[in-house]
Formats: sequence, structure tokens, C-alpha cells
Amino acid sequence: MELKTQVHAEEGKQELFITRVFDLPLRLLFKAYEDPNIVAQWMSTQVIKLENTKHGSWQFETSYDGNVLFSASGVILEFVPDQKITRTFKMENTDFPVQLEFLEFEALENDTSRLTMQIIFKTVAFRDQLLQMPFARGLNMAHNRLEEILKQQ
Amino acid sequence: MNLRRDVFQAIADPTRRAILILVATQSMTAGAIASNFDSARPTISKHIQILTECELLQPEQKGREIIYHLNGSKIKEIADFIEPFRKMWDDRFNKLEALMKNYKIK
Repeated sequence: MELKTQVHAEEGKQELFITRVFDLPLRLLFKAYEDPNIVAQWMSTQVIKLENTKHGSWQFETSYDGNVLFSASGVILEFVPDQKITRTFKMENTDFPVQLEFLEFEALENDTSRLTMQIIFKTVAFRDQLLQMPFARGLNMAHNRLEEILKQQ
Repeated sequence: MNLRRDVFQAIADPTRRAILILVATQSMTAGAIASNFDSARPTISKHIQILTECELLQPEQKGREIIYHLNGSKIKEIADFIEPFRKMWDDRFNKLEALMKNYKIK
């Protein structure tokens, strides 16, 4: 079976593509990106600001136990309902440079829809580093779990 | 993490990728690998050495010869490398989909 979410990161390029086919009509898919309350739910983050308009800006913050773990923000360059969102993305408190994101939404047959996300990075190295992040975190988590188990012995 | 980076540096080179593809079809000696390339023999030997060091190729002594095999598990490890990132987005999108399906019912 083909994977619903696909990531294409061609070697040596400073971009990557994330594509996903949703079992949702286009309108509902776009709404999930438009409505701050809905975004907060599926992104598991706090939406501080989301101005869905050209020259608008956005800001997300994820906290745990009162500490901000993750904070990201950017500006919105293009916002065309049910079609596209072009925005910048910057992770705060990291050395990661700004990324440029092109989100394209399209209707498919039988009330399904597709999202194509193209992310452009400053360098190939930064792209590869970002791809490694969940991987590194996974390793950390495995390590932490191991430590917990060892403590219980 | 350093070793991991080496693996990615190893496969970043087109000649080394070609060697991997070649060995994937059939295990062979360094001489047989080199005969498929126009590059000087020592150049190919160096590439084979790098691929062996990061365990993409596995040498096997057979009599007087060394046969090189492809290390499938290491290759799979590279293929899986992007998987946590994909999984992270897949989880988010699954949540989005479930959420909006309920929204439709309202």
C-alpha cells in the first residue's frame, strides 16, 4: 500500500517535499490550516498569532510544565483560500536559518484532497540537519526510556 | 553521530554510489569492480576502502581473493533515516484528518 504521507528529499538539494492525500474535501483541509483553534489541536501547539492574510504573521509556542519547549514564527507572503499559503518559518532560539514554505492545496476526486508542502532551506546541510532532528530525538527518547527502565531495576 | 555522517558522505559521491549498485547485482573482487570504471585502480580502491570503513561493503576473504558484498542492513538503515521525519508529519496529518472528519459531522 502506498504511504499516505510522503517525503521527498533529493540528495544534494536544499529543498524537500512533503505530500499527503487526505480523505477530506478541499474546503475542510484548508480550514484545518485557516482556523487557529484547529491548527492548535492537530499541531499540538499553542497558536499565539495567525494572521491569514498577505503580509500577516504567525507565531506558535509549545510549552511543557510551564517551560517553552518550542517556539516558531514567520510571515505570510501569500494566502489564497483553498489554493495556497506561502510563508516563512523560523525556529526561535536555534541556529536554523529561516525556511521558505510553499503549501499547495488541491481537490481530488471523491471528496479527497492533496497537500503539497515544498520547504526551501538556506543550505543542503541545514536541510539534512532538520531531517535528522526527529531521528536524533528518537534516539534520545530510546535512551531516556532505557535509563528509566534501568533505574527501576 | 559521526559515523552516521560518514555513511552519508560516503553515498554522496557518484562513483561510490555506482560501486554500490554494481556490487548489489553481484558480489565481486576489487579488481572486477575497478574494471567497470575508467578511473585509475588506486582511485577505485580508495572508494572501496571508504565504503568498507562505513560498513556499506563487507569484505570476505575467499582463498587469495577478497570478495566484496553489499551490506543490506546498513543500506536499510539509510533508507529508514528519513522515516522518523515522515512519521512525525504522518502523525500530525492523521490527527488533522480525524479532527476534520468530526467537523464534517457537526
